[in-house]
Amino acid sequence: RSQRGGTGRDRGDTGSTMDPPSAAGLGGADPQLQRFIEVETQKQRFQQLVHQMTELCWEKCMDKPGPKLDSRAETCFVNCVERFIDTSQFILNRLEQTQKSKSAFSESLSD
Amino acid sequence: MESGFGSDFGSGGGGGGKLDPGLIMEQVKVQIAVANAQELLQRMTDKCFRKCIGKPGGALDNSEQVRTGGRTGHPRPLSSGLLLRLCVPQKCIAMCMDRYMDSWNTVSRAYNSRLQRERANM
Repeated sequence: RSQRGGTGRDRGDTGSTMDPPSAAGLGGADPQLQRFIEVETQKQRFQQLVHQMTELCWEKCMDKPGPKLDSRAETCFVNCVERFIDTSQFILNRLEQTQKSKSAFSESLSD
Repeated sequence: MESGFGSDFGSGGGGGGKLDPGLIMEQVKVQIAVANAQELLQRMTDKCFRKCIGKPGGALDNSEQVRTGGRTGHPRPLSSGLLLRLCVPQKCIAMCMDRYMDSWNTVSRAYNSRLQRERANM
């Protein structure tokens, strides 16, 4: 039973409009190490989110642990993940919007 | 000083004091795996404690504290064959652990699917 659904490939990070910190400083001159750090960092971000979402969704979806995960609970978990990502994206987007309008405002104020 | 690919992280073999990137990567992977296991354990313990232990009772009074196989007072062996006199509802916790793992895997799959879908739409 695999615990890892890690992507470990390109930067497909949902809801992230910010660039990850450059791995150049960490890997030094070795491109292999640099690549490794990038990949592992990405994987860890994924893992962390899985931990976090499992914890949150458990509260919402798991009533009484039974002998197996019934289909209703499983559906709940899947929906919960989707809604969490949606929430995360919405928050990021809206924050970006409000930041934009704020800076436009302050720009119009300055000489 | 070494040129090109070299520098301090030149490929291992020979040369005392040179760091082998392959070894470093393996060690880092192990450390990451350990950290993830610890994280999982911590959250699982938290959740299953909440689910299975209501009002924590003393060792001998609380009916929830199913320590033994009944009122006989004989310790009930765990499925693994170990005889442990732990004052907890073992069956509840064991089931909870399995369900937590199932949930974790479900979440992992769902998140992965979502990421792939996002990438496909980009």
